[in-house]
Amino acid sequence: MTILPAGSDKDYKKTYMEIRVAFHRKLREIQDDIVTMGSMASNAILRSVEALKNRDLDLARQVILDDQKINHKRFEIEEKCIQLIATQQPVASDLRIIVAVLYIIFEVERIGDYAEGIAKIAIMIGDEPPLKPLIDIPRMADHTVDMLRRALDAFVNRDAEAARAISSEDDLVDQLYDQVFRELLSFMAEDPKTITRATRLIWVTHNLERSADRVTNICERVVFVVTGKMEEIGVSKY
Amino acid sequence: MMDDLKLKSNPGVNLKTEAVNLYYGRFQALRGITISIPHRSITAIIGPSGCGKSTLLRIFNRMNDLIPGVRVEGKVELDGASIYEKNTDVVALRKKVGMVFQKPNPFPMSVLDNIAFGPRQHGVKRAAELEGIVEQSLRQVGLWEEVKDILMQPALSLSAGQQQLLCIARVLAVGPEVILMDEPCSALDPDATLRIEDLMRDLAQDYTIVIVTHNMEQAARISDMSAFIMMEEDKAGVLVEYSPTAQLFSNPKDKRTDDYITGRFG
Repeated sequence: MTILPAGSDKDYKKTYMEIRVAFHRKLREIQDDIVTMGSMASNAILRSVEALKNRDLDLARQVILDDQKINHKRFEIEEKCIQLIATQQPVASDLRIIVAVLYIIFEVERIGDYAEGIAKIAIMIGDEPPLKPLIDIPRMADHTVDMLRRALDAFVNRDAEAARAISSEDDLVDQLYDQVFRELLSFMAEDPKTITRATRLIWVTHNLERSADRVTNICERVVFVVTGKMEEIGVSKY
Repeated sequence: MMDDLKLKSNPGVNLKTEAVNLYYGRFQALRGITISIPHRSITAIIGPSGCGKSTLLRIFNRMNDLIPGVRVEGKVELDGASIYEKNTDVVALRKKVGMVFQKPNPFPMSVLDNIAFGPRQHGVKRAAELEGIVEQSLRQVGLWEEVKDILMQPALSLSAGQQQLLCIARVLAVGPEVILMDEPCSALDPDATLRIEDLMRDLAQDYTIVIVTHNMEQAARISDMSAFIMMEEDKAGVLVEYSPTAQLFSNPKDKRTDDYITGRFG
């Protein structure tokens, strides 16, 4: 059903077309910012694991330095949101978007912190001989980053179904975590000299597992934006 | 806030309409309006210009009767009794259902006579009783201290904000149940607006208030329930959504409501 407002064309435009154009442009800018911030965090995760895999300590140091940029981006977006709330009195779906953004940037920032944590572990491990070639840990990282990218796409596209589906993929990350954990346990059981190195790798997998959990939190916010309902989706095993 | 909503959600209804259609001659201005206004609460009616908000408000005290060619179909009840019967006492109805207008409209007489006017019309004669009503009504709107020494001065010498408060006091003086307000703050400065809004929250303890406002932030600030009215293709106003205010402004049920209150193309 098409709803036509009363009055002249001028009234029509005044009432419907031209209202809040600047506000909605700013809201879209914030969405672009959040996608940018998401790719910064994704890069941080991928590079931290690369640094670990290749024993590239310079790269690890760079990941740690770059985390400042992610934190800075978060404050920048937060400030934009506060300014919009203060000046534009957002309501309904606009309000839900802004509230969701405030939560999402917090989650993305934490993912950046986990990457920083992995980079620090890479430095700790330094040039110690590798326990084993890293296979499942990079897979966990790839999958987590893929989930993050798609979760932010779902946010931009207001796609609650996609968000629910992505959230359920957290199980795969949990499975990889289990697998790596069991594998490292067997190393430690066989040879106690590997305990330090294996434990550090367990910390890495833990950081990746937590990152994927953060993505499921983002997915919950997407569902909230679309439906207005706060529901817990995809409860993590850990 | 949710607790507030719960308390307010079942306070009894004293004003309601059922399937109301209103026509100005052949033009249908309202279609199928069914709404229950809860007792002792504030209900805001919002919607684009010309959608029929004021027309709906005026249904509740039959102010539309004054416009030639108006026809109302459907049921309108106050305290369970239809107010559109042949034998409805319209003067008594408007005593129960008072109205405050967009522009303050004090009578060109003294402050005191403005307030005493209604009670006198309804038969209060004793000076002491009238004075009591005047003082109490002015106290209720918080104007007493400001005007107690100038009661005999012309009401039109007051500021616009004071005049509007006086008009509310004038409504209170005849002991209404319901107060209808048609854009009561649109001619006032921000301070006077906040003062009236504050007063409305106080009055909602004892009275049922229905307000039409163009100012959506005001509707969100002060009301318990919000009704969103919009025109359909033939320009008849329909009730799109009627929800607790906190819900309507955070998570409206109807996409048209969301589009309107977020200022998007409808």
